[in-house]
Amino acid sequence: MSKPDFVYVTYIETTAEKLWQALTSSDFTVLYWFGYSVDTDWKVGSPYKFFKEGVNSVEGKVIESDPPRRLAYTWDPCSPDLKNERPSRVTFEIVPQGKVIKLVVTHDDFEEGSKSLMMISQGWPVVLSNLKSLLEVGHALVQLPPGGDVRRVDA
Amino acid sequence: MIDATAFRPTIVYTIYIASTPEKVWEALTSAEFSKKYFSSFGVEAELKVGGQFRVRAPDGSDHITGEVVECDPPRRLTVTWDVNWPGLVEKLGSTLVTYDIEQAGDCVRLTMTQANDRPIDDDILSGGRTGWPAILSNLKSLLETGSTMSIKMEPPLRMLEALKKLGIKIPS
Repeated sequence: MSKPDFVYVTYIETTAEKLWQALTSSDFTVLYWFGYSVDTDWKVGSPYKFFKEGVNSVEGKVIESDPPRRLAYTWDPCSPDLKNERPSRVTFEIVPQGKVIKLVVTHDDFEEGSKSLMMISQGWPVVLSNLKSLLEVGHALVQLPPGGDVRRVDA
Repeated sequence: MIDATAFRPTIVYTIYIASTPEKVWEALTSAEFSKKYFSSFGVEAELKVGGQFRVRAPDGSDHITGEVVECDPPRRLTVTWDVNWPGLVEKLGSTLVTYDIEQAGDCVRLTMTQANDRPIDDDILSGGRTGWPAILSNLKSLLETGSTMSIKMEPPLRMLEALKKLGIKIPS
């Protein structure tokens, strides 16, 4: 049996540079990523954290950083019910296709029966839909559904 | 009518769209809309249980044919989604596609679930895993910005090779 993982693909009318900036700069992340800021220098091996109002939501280390093509970091959620799971890994691939960017987000390396996998399977479609709207329309979706307001679909 | 209970999800794709359930429903079920975001393919659906479903290629031929299995506008549509490549349905069985359209805050959560009644090889599923994000990303762009992206869509090589091995003929 293969390890559980999550892959989400979306196409965005933007440039690789803008998308990289949107994934790595707080100026953008606060607008589409549940209001979170990000703090890191994005160097391989450096720590990073996403946070809001002084509370960390997820932290980890930068694994790969090849702007504006590929970014990967470990994913260690800070909430108490997920803290005892070992960190997973998220990888962003930015693939230009003509005037459009194909963004592939792969979230893998979960432990068996991971609760975190369930959370991120609900969260990524919200975050990445919102990111697409922000880059194409100029603003994120009007009112975001709260992170938990997403039903689990077993595939 | 097929027995939908025998089918298990093989691909699930969720996307949030700044729109209304009615507009998303119309975009998914009308040829005029679908041609804009679905590589000029026209969706024709007789919107009642047992009604005909088809997706016409730009040359007018039937690319996909099927039947409406569930129809609850503007919330849920399930159809059989059979690609008309010789031998495909015989080898892989029918494919079920369900659209769930839900209000989520000020926007719409659209969930596409593809289901099959037998295990399908990852190489074959790579087609849908590539195609659905392109189609539904474009649908979102159309409803939010009024225009679509030009996405180059080609069947993945690994899918074509896996189909060929099963003896399924792919029209050129």
